[in-house]
Amino acid sequence: MEKYYATSHEWVMQVDDQHVRVGISDYAQKALGDIVFLSTHELGDSVSFGERFGDVESVKAVSELLSPVDGVVSKVNTDLEDKPELLNEDPLNVWIIEVEGQVDTSRLLSEEAYLALDKDH
Amino acid sequence: MSKLLFERSVVGRRGILIDPIDVPEVKLDEQYVRQSKPRLPEIGEVDLVRHYMELSKYTFGVDNGFYPLGSCTMKYNPKLNEATASLEGFANIHPSQSLETVQGALTLMDDLSHSLCEITGMDAFTLQPAAGAHGEFTGLLLIHAYHKANNDTKRTKVIVPDSSHGTNPASAAMAGYQVISVPSNAQGGVDVDALKLVLNDEIAGLMLTNPNTLGLFDPNIELITSMVHEVGGLLYYDGANLNAIMGTARPGDMGFDVVHLNLHKTFSTPHGGGGPGSGPVGVKAFLKPFLPQGSLVKETYGYRFLDERDQSSIGRMRSYYGNFLVNVRAYTYIQSLGRDGLKAASQNAVLNANYLMEGLKDTYPVTYPGTCMHEFVISLEKLKKETGISAKDISKALLDYGMHPPTMYFPLIVHEALMIEPTETESKETLDFFIETMKKLHDLAYSKPEVILNAPYSTPVKRVDDVQAARNPILKYMF
Amino acid sequence: MAGYILNTDQERTVMLEQIKRASLDDLYAELPSDLKLKQDLNLSAGQSEFAVMAKLKALSSQNKVYSTILRGAGVEHHHVPAVVKQLSNREEFVSAYTPYQSELSQGVLQSIFEYQTQMCELTGMDVCNASVYDGATAAAEAMQMVVERNRRVILMPENMHPHVLQTMRTYAQWANIQLVDLKTIDGRIDLNDLQAKCDANTAGVFIQHPNYFGLLEDVQEISRITHGIQAKLVQYTNPLTCAYLKSPRALGADIAIGEAQSLGIPMSFGGPYLGFMAASADLVRRLPGRIAGQTVDLDGKRAFTLTLQAREQHIRREKASSSICSNQALMALVASMYCASMGPQGLKEVADAGLRKAHYLLQELEKIGFKRKYEGPFFNEFVVVSPIEHSIIERVCDEMDILAGLGLSSHESLWCVTETTSKATLDQLIARLKEVIQ
Repeated sequence: MEKYYATSHEWVMQVDDQHVRVGISDYAQKALGDIVFLSTHELGDSVSFGERFGDVESVKAVSELLSPVDGVVSKVNTDLEDKPELLNEDPLNVWIIEVEGQVDTSRLLSEEAYLALDKDH
Repeated sequence: MSKLLFERSVVGRRGILIDPIDVPEVKLDEQYVRQSKPRLPEIGEVDLVRHYMELSKYTFGVDNGFYPLGSCTMKYNPKLNEATASLEGFANIHPSQSLETVQGALTLMDDLSHSLCEITGMDAFTLQPAAGAHGEFTGLLLIHAYHKANNDTKRTKVIVPDSSHGTNPASAAMAGYQVISVPSNAQGGVDVDALKLVLNDEIAGLMLTNPNTLGLFDPNIELITSMVHEVGGLLYYDGANLNAIMGTARPGDMGFDVVHLNLHKTFSTPHGGGGPGSGPVGVKAFLKPFLPQGSLVKETYGYRFLDERDQSSIGRMRSYYGNFLVNVRAYTYIQSLGRDGLKAASQNAVLNANYLMEGLKDTYPVTYPGTCMHEFVISLEKLKKETGISAKDISKALLDYGMHPPTMYFPLIVHEALMIEPTETESKETLDFFIETMKKLHDLAYSKPEVILNAPYSTPVKRVDDVQAARNPILKYMF
Repeated sequence: MAGYILNTDQERTVMLEQIKRASLDDLYAELPSDLKLKQDLNLSAGQSEFAVMAKLKALSSQNKVYSTILRGAGVEHHHVPAVVKQLSNREEFVSAYTPYQSELSQGVLQSIFEYQTQMCELTGMDVCNASVYDGATAAAEAMQMVVERNRRVILMPENMHPHVLQTMRTYAQWANIQLVDLKTIDGRIDLNDLQAKCDANTAGVFIQHPNYFGLLEDVQEISRITHGIQAKLVQYTNPLTCAYLKSPRALGADIAIGEAQSLGIPMSFGGPYLGFMAASADLVRRLPGRIAGQTVDLDGKRAFTLTLQAREQHIRREKASSSICSNQALMALVASMYCASMGPQGLKEVADAGLRKAHYLLQELEKIGFKRKYEGPFFNEFVVVSPIEHSIIERVCDEMDILAGLGLSSHESLWCVTETTSKATLDQLIARLKEVIQ
């Protein structure tokens, strides 16, 4: 499945008819540096596009996670509780939350468009 | 590294003993009484002394060497201040003693307040706030109380420049304000045009340091204060950088309505490894009715402290009247220096900073050239690009030369920033040694970067793993 | 007179030449001229060290230092061991900055780590911060730790230290926190009132134990009620009493806070003191202020550093829950040294001495016509109703070089006894008061 990106550096990907997964881009993990802690909305919480669903902390920075999708949290990646560094190691394959919802491509960037944006950083 | 206290503990060993208790035993109901002893160290006096002697060896103060931490004003802490603060008549008085029995303390507090008024051009001071950030919060509550008293309730925003210290926006948020950030202009001052755009009747106030965090005196300061006043906002002065201008210019004359000072910076009281400090707040006369409970005022009949009966007060900021013994030290300092000494302190702080900047500017780009005040900022962006050596790396390498590094990565608007504040209490030789060392490290960054990357070498521990500390927090000893 | 400035006139001339300035005044050439002071500051001239010391001595001698202190109310007189005074005045500790550069600051970082451990041991908690300004601000900061988005009510009884309550009110006023008073019966929390006021909006219950009047609260029952509605229990306490009494954690508190002045810090006319904040592990990221943690250096050696900094204002700016940027590191060092010099047994004995001597004093006062105001069990402080006006008692004590209990009203007063007062002194006082009353 294809990933779509928000300008706030989260990606979202449809995993089945009803569910999407959300993570952060490689650029985001690099900008933050060593990630040490993650807090997110919990199972059953609703998230809406562009609104905060959590925080990600590195040693010297903290950044809000903004949802690239509307919906309800259906899973939280609990591996990250003990190993937040997974986000540094493999950002594109490590998801943070799964949401019951649909990718709205009209509000997001394609991978190509996002990466082009990335070059300007 | 040294053993922890708990690793030196031997069951049954005693340090200090108290007199036998010569009154009958009291039996409290069992539900209240602790069953097992806390695992505090059991240690003899000589071992205790050796433990802390070792810890002191692994601690670096101004008394150990040069400490050019920008914005922190790490000047020498005179020993006389310590001697006066430990006088029995100051250290061993209870804060709720009747006022007749503490007239010396009250006189000192009053006299200190007057001196601070004169130095800053304000009308009244409260000595209650315990530190700079506490002073900021106090000052913003004063501003909030003032607008509220005028039924001016639509003022919900406070402006801070993007170069400001993190405590400014955090304190504003604690006082219930939404924070608006304004950009700096090419000279590092407030961008007046950008300021104009955000000024309206929703603005409660503007927080500013002047000289600012880049060490520059904002030439537009009077314009800025009058613009904010015009829309009904108040001006807050963060006194972090007062050490540049004592005896030459005063925030009160620039148009500021509220100021806080850091006595642990400008007035030479020691930092103590992170505190205690003292952050008195000064106001113009119209804000006096709002001063916190616990502030000293002089009435015709004598001194009193504001209390619950003073209903327009913002309330109490902490217990009692402030960090009194810190205030005694600052008072001692002001008495020692007097009017000429304070002015000379500032002038020489500015001279030392400019001399240092002149010596470094050909090697390290200065962010905003021109005359600086008490501090300046260099950027290591180019060095990092060309050698991979960052501001942090250079800082760590400085440790091997017996110097504390400058403030790193602040202000946030300068990349790879080092912010350097030598203060007036350092000699030309020390400044020359710093310049020479910084140049040497610059050369080394190009010739042998790996040497710098692995620095420091001479410290009790090598580079410390902050990431592991945050990922797997160990916040107390595991018995 | 002193300026602590090292450079000679000659060196200054060289330096000015180097930066191409004609004079020191010239350094301020770019300041708007109307802002420059036209005359000297209206302050006295500088003075010699000898003269300043004489002046400060004269001022200090206008303050009365009592040889016996029977007043507490949040600030207690204890013996400070010589070793604590001497060691905590070491220049390295006194003149160091905040330990941001860990490699150069292992000593102060380790001392904070040891302090955190000792406070955790005393309170029974899992984590403790590096300290805040004082007990009152610790309580005010703790409010932010317990409130949630939709739970903004905090219950607090009137039998906490008045400065603590007042400071909490100040901090709460623009923070969208609602403070609700809890009633007391006979000086202790009214459990029925607590039960009645606890509801789904209650974020936390604050209590002081032993309370302002020295009385012991039924914390276990309060904890049961508080946790029944999933609110947090915050116990304000004197950490010295924790050496003798059940720890806040054992009683059910989620957060323990308070004033640690009793751990070796002189009374100092109100400051500097030491606010401590300790909590259960799940609240660690809600703790404000600095925290020291253990890690390793490049060689794998044990090392210490300030950690979890992403909670703090220098990173989070306006989104931080607190703007606090310093701690009371030197006071924490003193407290830590004090605990270590006394040890668990010594600390317990100091607490026990206060407990027993306070009970002795009350018993003797009752024999000469004083009455206890509250019936409940108490620790080392108590409130009495005196047969004559308290102001007279205060004067009699003053003549004996004793600071009497704190007057709460014309005939009511709050007394505190510590290990520093001997039975003989208490007996002399009772004998004298007996004469005055008769």
